[in-house]
Amino acid sequence: MNKERFAVVGQPLPKIDAWSKVTGQTRYADDLVLPRMAFGRLLRSPHSHAWIRRIDTTRARALPGVYAVITGADLPPVKFGILPVSQDEEALCREKVRLVGDPVAAVAAVDEETAERASELIDVEYETLPPLMSIHDSLAHPEVRIHEYGDGPNIHKLVALQFGDVDAAFAKADLVREDVFYFEGNTHLPMEQHAAVAAWGPDGKLTLWSSTQTPHYVHRLLTKILDVPGAHLRVIATPVGGGFGGKLDPFAHEIAACRLSQITGRPVKIALTREEVFYVHRGRHPVLMWLKTGFTRDGDITGSHIRTWLDGGAYGSYGVASTFYTGVINPVTYKMPVYKFEGARIFTNKPPCGPKRGHGTPQPRFALECQLDKAAEQLGLDPADMRRRIAVEPFTKTANHLTVTTTGLVECIDKVVESSGWRDKRERFGARSAGARKKGIGIAASAYMTGAGTAIYWNSMPHSGVVVRADRSGGVSVLCGATDIGQGSDSILAYLVAEGLGIDPKDIRVHASDTDLTPVDLGSYSSRVTLMCGMAAIQAANRLRTAIFEAVAKKLEVPPGALAARDRKVGVPDDWDKAVPFAQAVELGEAMHGVLAFAGSYAPPKRAGKYKGGGVGPSPCYSYSAAVVELTVDEETGEIHLDDIWIGHDVGRALNPLLVEGQVEGSVYMGIGEALMEEQVFRKGLHKTPSMLDYKSPTTLEIPDIRTYLVETDDPEGPFGAKEAGQGPLLPVIPAIANAVYHAVGVRIDEVPITPDKVLRGLELKRQSKPARIGPDRLPVMQWKEPLVVESAFGQPAEAVVLRPFADPTPRA
Amino acid sequence: MKTRLSLCVNGETHDVLVPVHKTLLEVLREDLDLTGTKHGCELGECGTCTVLVDGVPVLSCLALPAELEGTEIVTVEGMARGGELHPLQQAFAELGAAQCGYCTPGVLLTAQALLAETPVPTREQIREALAGNLCRCTGYTKILDAVELAALRTSAAGAAGGRS
Repeated sequence: MNKERFAVVGQPLPKIDAWSKVTGQTRYADDLVLPRMAFGRLLRSPHSHAWIRRIDTTRARALPGVYAVITGADLPPVKFGILPVSQDEEALCREKVRLVGDPVAAVAAVDEETAERASELIDVEYETLPPLMSIHDSLAHPEVRIHEYGDGPNIHKLVALQFGDVDAAFAKADLVREDVFYFEGNTHLPMEQHAAVAAWGPDGKLTLWSSTQTPHYVHRLLTKILDVPGAHLRVIATPVGGGFGGKLDPFAHEIAACRLSQITGRPVKIALTREEVFYVHRGRHPVLMWLKTGFTRDGDITGSHIRTWLDGGAYGSYGVASTFYTGVINPVTYKMPVYKFEGARIFTNKPPCGPKRGHGTPQPRFALECQLDKAAEQLGLDPADMRRRIAVEPFTKTANHLTVTTTGLVECIDKVVESSGWRDKRERFGARSAGARKKGIGIAASAYMTGAGTAIYWNSMPHSGVVVRADRSGGVSVLCGATDIGQGSDSILAYLVAEGLGIDPKDIRVHASDTDLTPVDLGSYSSRVTLMCGMAAIQAANRLRTAIFEAVAKKLEVPPGALAARDRKVGVPDDWDKAVPFAQAVELGEAMHGVLAFAGSYAPPKRAGKYKGGGVGPSPCYSYSAAVVELTVDEETGEIHLDDIWIGHDVGRALNPLLVEGQVEGSVYMGIGEALMEEQVFRKGLHKTPSMLDYKSPTTLEIPDIRTYLVETDDPEGPFGAKEAGQGPLLPVIPAIANAVYHAVGVRIDEVPITPDKVLRGLELKRQSKPARIGPDRLPVMQWKEPLVVESAFGQPAEAVVLRPFADPTPRA
Repeated sequence: MKTRLSLCVNGETHDVLVPVHKTLLEVLREDLDLTGTKHGCELGECGTCTVLVDGVPVLSCLALPAELEGTEIVTVEGMARGGELHPLQQAFAELGAAQCGYCTPGVLLTAQALLAETPVPTREQIREALAGNLCRCTGYTKILDAVELAALRTSAAGAAGGRS
């Protein structure tokens, strides 16, 4: 197939579900209503940290309209967690609560109001424990233990990895900088609150409809939590009204709905309130960071050492992965020959943190990009030129043994530098701008994974599977476990299969995310879906095409290799008049082969570094981004107004530029929110802003038009060369804003979010001729473990031939 | 205590028997099966549940049906004319202005009210009008583009004597 002559790939087509979305016909979890359905409600702890001494449900059960009341005693006595190494959660707590909002009981009733009234009639006796509300608190009070497991008192996870000799790298540097940064936590705030409907049938089988990003992991964990064979469970992910990582864990409301349905013999729905969603969380970790980097006078990095402290909240969730991600992706953007990373995740009595768009990487990206800016100033280098010079080389390995394939970083930087008028504005803005409103312009760059190279649980099976079936009607169905969370995965499946079969995407129906009907896909996380489902879909479509071509070739008396499929026909390009309509081609295929249903499987290339911990970070390929931000800072109010933002993103290939732009714009938007206003903070165990009014997020008035430049590098690992777009473009936005604020007013805000009060405090320090920096100045006293020392793989060439499980042999040219 | 109400929704009159404190959002979704209207906060903060009452955007989570008898209520299900989409719906679909789609009904109706009053709004006017509708997916750029496109098409069609 000539890659430059696609029929579908590269076209700005509407999403296949766009029509149902604009007419309100898409049915989200809370839109489902089943006959005899009951409504459930969870009772949650009012205490941050307490023993549960007694639960009495008598009064609740007596309320008319109540069908059932359950506590932890009504569930199998197992703990669970999304990661095999952190099995520390209970759907309904039995002995102890660890945060305000921990569920302790659940009610099913005739309606939501009755369920809520009943939950208030449940008597729970608590014996409170000292709450530990910060990294410092938890480390300072080892005598109070949130969990009994981990790498130390209240330490969930410690990581220490070293690639090469950092001390030697610093010794040969012309400039060594040490900086401390803090990134406040924030939350996903999906517009749709989580909801689930469970229906336990009289045949002993259960169906769960849920707004989840990962029906497979929910299915897998429910078998353990409910002690029911997986064969008797069916999980269907309903269209998700915004995920961003917030719907990636198995949740108490899903489990309680299942158990309540089993007990009541009715379908049970539990829909969370907005306030509950703030406490369920699993969002961005607050991270304290210390970063030491050596530079030559030309701006090259000689080596870098980062320490990260993550405030994990009360449970493990994805936290072990999050901890690794605060370190392992840093070396993918720039040439960093030597690298050391120490990370610690600390338990606190707050809602558990987990994966949010960019998972663990926006925090160290903020730190590194701000430090680079400071170094560039000291070295008298232009920050854009410096980044361009040190951009990582394609098809090489990083210090920590990650394989970089294609990179369009230099082109991304060039695009945003040229289109923004960087050089001119760098001269004109800043102290030179007149009056109290100072203009600034800043830059930053980044890289992100296109799918995690390893699954959450160790296995040798496909990460994604697709079945494509066709019948004599000419219709094609695509079945895949992938979950469309708005990013357009259903549409991507349709486009790729249509491209392969030479038909219109409209001829295809996509059936997704149903564990009974669709092959397993691991879920919508780590920017893995387009690449992994896409490769599986291409393989399945190619297999179907081969079968159809064989039958059409026989009929036309030509070799199959002479055939092409396009415009809903199959034929010989030079003799197109004889081409067979697609439906007839399928008929011939069905007559020759029987039922036409073909599977495709994908698993990433096995490229994990051969050291303990080497499984987190590898990815088939990495996307690259660069952003320039132009803004105005009001020196009287401290307010920051974003004037313009330019983003260059290396997406490998834009399978649908409209969808890619949408992902880039959404990422930039979310980065702006995190940079300027969003924070998940607590007072006496309570969320300070658990509502959409008080938790500030950007509106149309705060977001400038986003100018997106897509760079295509045609990566050999991706479907038609595509890489990710849904997370990476968030990363450079936050530090680019911080760097632009510095350019505007000469104040360094080394702490996210960058709020007006911090800007004003910085300006006051400047007026007093003190160092104009706002940020943390205290680091926890901590005993790090001995690092695992591994030789740096920096600069080694990427393997020429990479074996990928389930891949078809490459046809000879 | 339940009360009998007569509500005109999308041009059809419905008699409903509902508790007086039930919100319009709840009555639309639970009693009339019009689940196209979504909820994001149920406190009047996010704009997700916006519907039109006599052409004016109203947060249905804060509106009481008892006060709305005799008004014309329009939900997202009432935007299309038969099989023909409203120009805003068409533009939103074509330009990728709906990602997860959850805020889309509220945004569409707010935009419809804007275009009824200001057929060709400036980008700043669109921003002002939609400032109360939160969207977490799109970054708003494609939403603004789509409203502009729908306005242009409608005014061009109006100028040509087409669909008004």
